[in-house]
Amino acid sequence: MNVTLKIWRQKNAQAKGKFNTYPLKDVSPEMSFLEMLDYLNMQLTEQGEEPVAFEHDCREGICGTCGLYINGRPHGPMRNTTTCELHMRSFKDGEIIYIEPWRARAFPIMKDLIVDRSSFERIMRAAGFINTNTGSAPEANSNPVSKIIADKAFDAATCIGCGACVAACKNSSAMLYAAAKIAQYAMIPQGKVEAKDRVDKMVRQMDAEGFGFCSNTYGCEFDCPKGISVDFIALMNREFLSSKACKQKHG
Amino acid sequence: MQQLNSKIPEGPLADKWSRYKTSLRLVSPANKKKLEIIVVGTGLAGASAASALGELGYKVKAFCFQDSPRRAHSVAAQGGINAAKNYKNDNDSIYRLFFDTIKGGDYRAREANVYRAAEVSNLVIDHYTALGVPFARDYGGALDTRSFGGVQVSRTFYAKGQTGQQCLLGAYSSLNRQIAKGTVKMFSRRDMLDLVIVEGKARGIITRNLVSGELERHSAHAVVLATGGYGTVFYLSTLGLGSNASAAWSAHKKGALFANPSFIQIHPTSIPVLNDYQCKLTLMSESLRNDGRVWVSKEKGDKRHPTEIPEEERDYYLERRYPAFGNLVPRDVASRAAKERCDAGYGAGDSGLSVYLDFKEAIEAQGKKAIQDKYGNLFEMYEKITGINPYNQPMRIYPAGHYTMGGLWVDYNLMTTIPGLFAIGESNFSDHGANRLGANSLMQCSGDGYFILPNTIGDYLADEIRTGKIPTDQQPFKEAEKAVKEKIQKFMAIGGRKSASSFHKRLGKIMWDHCGMRRDAEGLKKGKELLNELEEEFWKDLRIPGNDREINQELEKALKVADFFEVGRLMCEDAIQREESCGAHFREEHQTETGEAKRDDKNFAYVAAWEYKGHREKPDMHKEPLRFEHVEIKERSYK
Ligand SMILES: Cc1cc2nc3c(=O)[nH]c(=O)nc-3n(C[C@H](O)[C@H](O)[C@H](O)COP(=O)(O)OP(=O)(O)OC[C@H]3O[C@@H](n4cnc5c(N)ncnc54)[C@H](O)[C@@H]3O)c2cc1C
Ligand code: SF4
Ligand code: FES
Repeated sequence: MNVTLKIWRQKNAQAKGKFNTYPLKDVSPEMSFLEMLDYLNMQLTEQGEEPVAFEHDCREGICGTCGLYINGRPHGPMRNTTTCELHMRSFKDGEIIYIEPWRARAFPIMKDLIVDRSSFERIMRAAGFINTNTGSAPEANSNPVSKIIADKAFDAATCIGCGACVAACKNSSAMLYAAAKIAQYAMIPQGKVEAKDRVDKMVRQMDAEGFGFCSNTYGCEFDCPKGISVDFIALMNREFLSSKACKQKHG
Repeated sequence: MQQLNSKIPEGPLADKWSRYKTSLRLVSPANKKKLEIIVVGTGLAGASAASALGELGYKVKAFCFQDSPRRAHSVAAQGGINAAKNYKNDNDSIYRLFFDTIKGGDYRAREANVYRAAEVSNLVIDHYTALGVPFARDYGGALDTRSFGGVQVSRTFYAKGQTGQQCLLGAYSSLNRQIAKGTVKMFSRRDMLDLVIVEGKARGIITRNLVSGELERHSAHAVVLATGGYGTVFYLSTLGLGSNASAAWSAHKKGALFANPSFIQIHPTSIPVLNDYQCKLTLMSESLRNDGRVWVSKEKGDKRHPTEIPEEERDYYLERRYPAFGNLVPRDVASRAAKERCDAGYGAGDSGLSVYLDFKEAIEAQGKKAIQDKYGNLFEMYEKITGINPYNQPMRIYPAGHYTMGGLWVDYNLMTTIPGLFAIGESNFSDHGANRLGANSLMQCSGDGYFILPNTIGDYLADEIRTGKIPTDQQPFKEAEKAVKEKIQKFMAIGGRKSASSFHKRLGKIMWDHCGMRRDAEGLKKGKELLNELEEEFWKDLRIPGNDREINQELEKALKVADFFEVGRLMCEDAIQREESCGAHFREEHQTETGEAKRDDKNFAYVAAWEYKGHREKPDMHKEPLRFEHVEIKERSYK
């Protein structure tokens, strides 16, 4: 199949970017989307042009490194699919495909399709952990956790930190990302102890990074490749309200 | 000639570690604050080490090439993590885990190290659970386990098919906690390009900032490499595309011995190659073999749809050849058996390079829901890649390069032959012999990082409390940086026509054909020659567009590919000298009448540790003899 690519090219963080057009011939429907870009890049390199910079590593949908805004949707047209899992069989022969980086104030573009997601790191560093030291853990089976809760916590924990939720949101909110971690810990006994403090710190950090607020349009859930549920946002909000209340009451 | 001293402590196997630990020297909390440690890598090994060292009060600098530590390739581990908890009351024990690992590794691992890894395995599970890792649980709320290839007990803890991700996020959270406390400083998007040695000790590293292109000098009192495996030497592998040998290789070039480089595991169950531009093979976890049955048609070149091949015309060749273990034979055995059937013309699919993995019976017996619970995400992954729904028809699978048992040689303290340079996780060679059992790597990486290294490194650092800060304006730092700079300039100046990946792909094919699942002396020699030829072409015809003072992914790749030529040659060298078959290393010349691996314990029960002698110079081999005092060394049979 043949496709026409319209790709966002931007030399570096300071430069102004623009779309370049690349007609690409003889694309196999079995190729993954990123293999299609590799194929383009090989041709560009051999012609002495700079290849398109994009990020990826595992190429199997688990590391969260890849993430392209394809035809107006984060990770492209398929639900529950990361960019690297997307295959060309999902596109039509002759199709024009627009490829852009994530766009959000808190994710500045570094080059072409690469954005800086270190704001996500700082949210986790704010309190995305359970305070426990190596060597101090009790025997693993000493605290049973019901299977239902454990499974729910697992569902929340499958966030890969890709940032599609932010890219999908008209307010560039990072609620789904933060809520997934907050909920995972808030549901299990190990994490409950510090739940209030955690939500407080992580939400504050999220604000400080310039992520927007949540206006309940749920674009994030729709485009999240891991299908993280917006229910976790509700859970986070409950935690957050009670934490503030908690603070006011006790000073 | 360097003397290899593995420093294995005296005493009964079960007491070695606990006794030895009490003899290790300590560093006081006040002094720890003055000591800096570099940890390169933030996978399970690196993240656990960095956080544990941070908790102890050392000043840690951690490095990774991705944008976030959470993306290390540990994240991709699927099946599980082993521990000797014996929760299933199936008569498991530390000894049995130790024994299975030694046997699984075909008697080419060190007893003392393996026993210790098994010993700390239970602590690892406790710790991850405390960190909130959502391992699977049964209805009573207790942790669930499942069984894995090469063993007859159920000791594998898991989180659906995402165990690596969940453990890594646990380790990442403990790392974040230390970053927040200021004990660990995180350097993401850095490529380690050289090791710096000052007066015989590892004192720092040279990194390239992958955003600005700048070269940076970082110093410390000890350096820990946790840089993962180099299975990407085959180009097509189950690893992340950034996985590399370069960090370990730079240490090797500076004097660290490299052990058993050719021991590289080919995993039996990956999705086969589907197109010519493919650069990655996706693993389908070994745990699938718990419920999936492996088969091919009894008829050569059978092009029928798998669901049209009736039961009696199917050859369940693993069950046929290995009745005791059936579909759960270890990886090396399963991979070779698949290759054997395909080479003989019985393979499935257009290429004939795949076999079926069938869940029909399991779905009938347990119901779709139960299978979905266990493997849901793997089935989805399979469907996304192939467009085929494995609930309705069997998966097609084929072996793929996966895990490097070989790596930097380390002693019992996990220190390499360079004082002050430690290697942990997949980057070292120590625990898996010639073949790694499933779910043993996450166990080893976490054990190394959380519970072993933090003790042994203290003993080394006890001599460093008076050293003071290590300045980076010393000559060795300047020289190392200069050498890296010149190397990069050399790359940029080639101005040829071909991309780094195109070379990598050809290199990988040479390695797969000549130093892959089956090897022979002639093919290995040929492999070396082909590598030499391709390397010459590489240095003439490589093209790296752009410049080196910005994000330049082609340069990043080229730096890695250049090292793979050398790694590849050493793998061939190592495979040539080992005139026996053991574990993943199968020499055509050394097999039994039934085509099983034929070990030669009399002559080859040793670790081959190689010393670098210069580019294209013949390396020196050092032998560390392996002594088996606690297991009877036997032919490895799964029949
Ligand atoms: C698909 C797959 C599935 C697996 N499933 C299982 C399983 O179920 N159970 C099991 O026990 N094992 C499994 N394994 C094996 C196991 O996952 C790995 O052996 C283990 O995770 C390696 O961890 P590590 O910490 O040593 O290295 P990695 O997790 O690979 O981390 C390497 C780190 O080093 C950094 N790094 C590398 N090179 C450089 C450099 N030059 N400069 C700077 N930083 C660098 C990287 O950024 C990264 O942070 C699997 C492996 C694969 C590939
Ligand atoms: S919540 Fe979903 S979209 Fe957002 S970072 Fe996590 S996985 Fe990506
Ligand atoms: S490259 Fe890892 S999720 Fe896509």
